[in-house]
Amino acid sequence: MHPAVTVFCKEVRENLRDRRTVMNALLRGPLLAPVLFLVMFNLQISAQLKGADQPLPVPVVGAAYAPHLVAALAQMGMVAQPPPKDPGAAVRSQLDTVVLVIPHGYPSHWDRGETAGVRLVYDSSRRSSDQAAQRLRLMLKRYALTIGAQRMLARGLSPAVDLPLVAEDRDQATPRSRGAVLFSILPYFIVLTAFLGGMYLAIDTTAGERERQSLEPLLANPVPRWTVLLGKWSATTLFALVSLALGVIGFAVAGRYMDVRRLNMVIDLGVHFFAITLLLMLPLVLLLTCLQTLVSAFARSYREALTYLSLLMFIPVLPSLLLMVIPVKSHTWMYAVPLLGQQLGIMRLLRGGTPGVIDIAVCLLGSLLAAALAFAVSLRVYASERLAVSA
Amino acid sequence: MIEVENLRKSFGAVKAVDGVSFAARDGEITGLLGPNGAGKTTTLRMLYTLMKPDQGTVRVDGIDAVADPLAVRRRLGVLPDARGLYKRLSARENIAYFGHLHQLDDETLRTRSDALIDALEMRDIADRRAEGFSQGERVKTAIARALVHDPRNLILDEPTNGLDVMATRSLREFLFRLRAEGRCVLFSSHIMQEVVALCDRVVVIARGRVVADAPPQTLRERTGAASLEDAFVEIIRQSESAAA
Repeated sequence: MHPAVTVFCKEVRENLRDRRTVMNALLRGPLLAPVLFLVMFNLQISAQLKGADQPLPVPVVGAAYAPHLVAALAQMGMVAQPPPKDPGAAVRSQLDTVVLVIPHGYPSHWDRGETAGVRLVYDSSRRSSDQAAQRLRLMLKRYALTIGAQRMLARGLSPAVDLPLVAEDRDQATPRSRGAVLFSILPYFIVLTAFLGGMYLAIDTTAGERERQSLEPLLANPVPRWTVLLGKWSATTLFALVSLALGVIGFAVAGRYMDVRRLNMVIDLGVHFFAITLLLMLPLVLLLTCLQTLVSAFARSYREALTYLSLLMFIPVLPSLLLMVIPVKSHTWMYAVPLLGQQLGIMRLLRGGTPGVIDIAVCLLGSLLAAALAFAVSLRVYASERLAVSA
Repeated sequence: MIEVENLRKSFGAVKAVDGVSFAARDGEITGLLGPNGAGKTTTLRMLYTLMKPDQGTVRVDGIDAVADPLAVRRRLGVLPDARGLYKRLSARENIAYFGHLHQLDDETLRTRSDALIDALEMRDIADRRAEGFSQGERVKTAIARALVHDPRNLILDEPTNGLDVMATRSLREFLFRLRAEGRCVLFSSHIMQEVVALCDRVVVIARGRVVADAPPQTLRERTGAASLEDAFVEIIRQSESAAA
């Protein structure tokens, strides 16, 4: 048996016996992301669906000045409530989302056919208040348009006079691509799962081994350092990959419990998605575990390694954030950038397409190259004298 | 047989080892004696090729340690100052790990581990996980795994550190057995009594230099001191006044 295989087997066996590692890498890590995602998603769905078909309770000040208006709004779904003493305070203290104020001058303006005003008291910095105000504004607009058209007709004019232009929306989004927008954070969760899967082994096999004073005896064996590194890194990578596979399966299962059709969206986390995601992620996992090993080799203790790696964990979120803030058109070269390439590829899959063969090849090559570089640097660190010497 | 010639190693401005030469012969126990910080551990680390000397040569059974570190490590059994075990593995699995790294076949590995487990009287802990081992049990396991490949030469860095009287005594007897088998045993210590009780030859190191190299008896005679402890103190004092 090659010594690298010996090291690999020993690390796998030893870490499988560690409950904390198994729980974190193979259970908590892969489950956390899909469950978190499922909860987030369902909260969002219920918030969005709540908007349209539910009655909108609105306290109305001065309802007596405009009974016709209040009746029309009630038909559109508003439920008039008794007015609070101070509408501003009621909204600020979140007692009410929006308050409709009809001034006492309303009837006289209305009767003379002039523009009558009402006030909406709301707080745009609160989402529920803003949404309620938007719904109410839409109802008021519809009412105003209907009455306007009636008045035009009464004066013998066509309502079209007041409507010289109409813009018609032709949204090219498909149910799939709409789903993809909602799922744009998914690639980060996938990377995170792989990261968490490898993290504990990377620390345990390097910083942990040194802290427990077993690295020096290990390196006194007639085995070149690169062999030791290869064995430890392979074990770390295995855990990361298993964690990743479990995570992707978790997402596939979670996808079944997400009622996206209610939002007129489609999301397909099936075998096709599964296979290509794993392919794109493979070189990235190699790179991540290499970086984790490298960072752990630098750290003086388990705790220090854990701190560094927790910081490193935030790097994978950057492409997700970047693409959210600056939506760029994807170019083939971008696939060569590790993390960005995977992000673009997974997004493409979510939108219902498949990344081109060249894009996939560029992505794999770019990430592999980065992984090879990271491995070379790790090797240098591993060969240094200070690696083995504990404190 | 371990031969060391004019070994030097600095860490920054600190000369940890400053021209150490000595030889540890087969069938003898050689003691590396010196106060804390004298350069014993650094010297040993260069012997088992964990560190590269800045200058000088190390030869184990005639093989140069810088030119062929792997061959040297194959001929050495090492108990370093750091002697951590894998706590989630049993004593036997700890030994087998090192045996596999030496690429022993299963049959040889089993015979060797059984022999060592018997010789070190650790049958009752052999299949227990190393978690919760006493200091003595840990040292025994660490020695067994260092000897699993049946090396001709043995390097032990302060092997009795933290051991109680009984454990020290049985370790001593075990080292005599190794000597009787014709092996070369080199160990470091800062405890005089231990060196007297064990060594055929004492190499005294202070401030990174060899200040004496002789059998314990000769050392005593040369300094005119009654005990080795007095001899040791005398030698260290002389070397310090020479340096000043």
